[in-house]
Amino acid sequence: MASASVLSEYKAPISAHFSPYDFNGGTVLAIAGNDFALIATDTRLSQGFAIHSRECPKTFTLTNNTILGCCGFHGDVLTLTKTLAARLQIFEKDHNKPMPTASIAAMLSTILYYRRFFPYYTHNVVAGLDEEGKGCVYSFDPVGCYEKESFRAKGSASAMLQPLLDNQIGGKNQNGYTAQSLTSTQCVALVKDVFTSAAERDIYTGDNIIISVVNKDGIKSEKFPLRRD
Amino acid sequence: MSILAYNGAAIMAMKGKNCVAIAADRRFGIQGQTVSMDFDKIFEMGPHLYLGLPGLATDVQTVLQRLKFRLNMYELRENRRIKPKTFMSMVSNLLYEKRFGPYFIEPVIAGLDPKTGEPYIASMDLIGCPMETNDFVVSGTCSEQMYGMCESLWEPDLGPDDLFETISQALMNAFDRDAVSGWGAVVYIIEKDKVTKKFLKTRQD
Repeated sequence: MASASVLSEYKAPISAHFSPYDFNGGTVLAIAGNDFALIATDTRLSQGFAIHSRECPKTFTLTNNTILGCCGFHGDVLTLTKTLAARLQIFEKDHNKPMPTASIAAMLSTILYYRRFFPYYTHNVVAGLDEEGKGCVYSFDPVGCYEKESFRAKGSASAMLQPLLDNQIGGKNQNGYTAQSLTSTQCVALVKDVFTSAAERDIYTGDNIIISVVNKDGIKSEKFPLRRD
Repeated sequence: MSILAYNGAAIMAMKGKNCVAIAADRRFGIQGQTVSMDFDKIFEMGPHLYLGLPGLATDVQTVLQRLKFRLNMYELRENRRIKPKTFMSMVSNLLYEKRFGPYFIEPVIAGLDPKTGEPYIASMDLIGCPMETNDFVVSGTCSEQMYGMCESLWEPDLGPDDLFETISQALMNAFDRDAVSGWGAVVYIIEKDKVTKKFLKTRQD
């Protein structure tokens, strides 16, 4: 009898479920040109059906000729960008020069891979000028696999943007037409068009886009409104 | 993986000025393995009425057979051609009858009204919830990509030639970013006095 009462009093330990990740939306788009590179990101920060902020750009200036587009889980975005900024500052103090774009990409890859089994939930693109002054874009998966490309869309509306870039910049499915490299003005116009389209269909993309263009004169940013619903 | 994406498909329809277009890829596969590249997913249901059936291939063919039967019965009883909107209701009704054990297809309908020639397009989900639009509809495994393309390329009042170019580019570039659809495409341009069927050669990977 005693053993039965002990069993009946037994309760399973209470465990509260905790999910370490969330998804805060956002889309980033990077294009490399001959003498420039650009990153465009929307400024919406959302969670489910709620909009937390309409003024949260996901572009980060890393050096005077390198920028980063970073979206996904905003907590990880903040931590990652903080770590990156610290590592870049250490490099600059040690070497008396800013880190080149290609090296930043390589370093970001290792930072991401160090978290291979508890990854930063972030989609990253690094854009800037290489050591010859040519535009370059590096795109990453959340665990640090990376590739040099000439254009890439990442984040929530990436599936909507990428095919259009393939067509309009890559010249895909246009027989007899070889893709010409676009000027920065043409790229900015294209970026506005594709983001306007994405904002029509994707609830996690909207409010504004910030287009940051890197060229030999430095970084210039431009704001463009998107639909806010 | 969803059973809707078991075989892979990409279908879209667009409205133009006094014309409509409907286009589909040609792949039939089983998950990652491509089985054939000449699979039909768009079917003629009348002189100006076309039906696209993306989804589980076995259900594509079953639903086609059952719809064809119901359509024949309707046209024999009424002794006239069905209107696209009426046909949409017929498809919707057939799908909703299987509300709790659905056919895994999300149809696209495109056509011209047999009397007025008014363009009509619609799509619906697998249990028959219809959606009629004035611009374009998409359905299949790369719907996000198709929405991205259509939203940027489509404009109102396109003529038949421009509509063909628009729908072809929209479809091809969308399914090139999808692993389970593509392998060629077919486009139907439906006008009052003629229907043009064109096959597109696309990348085979």
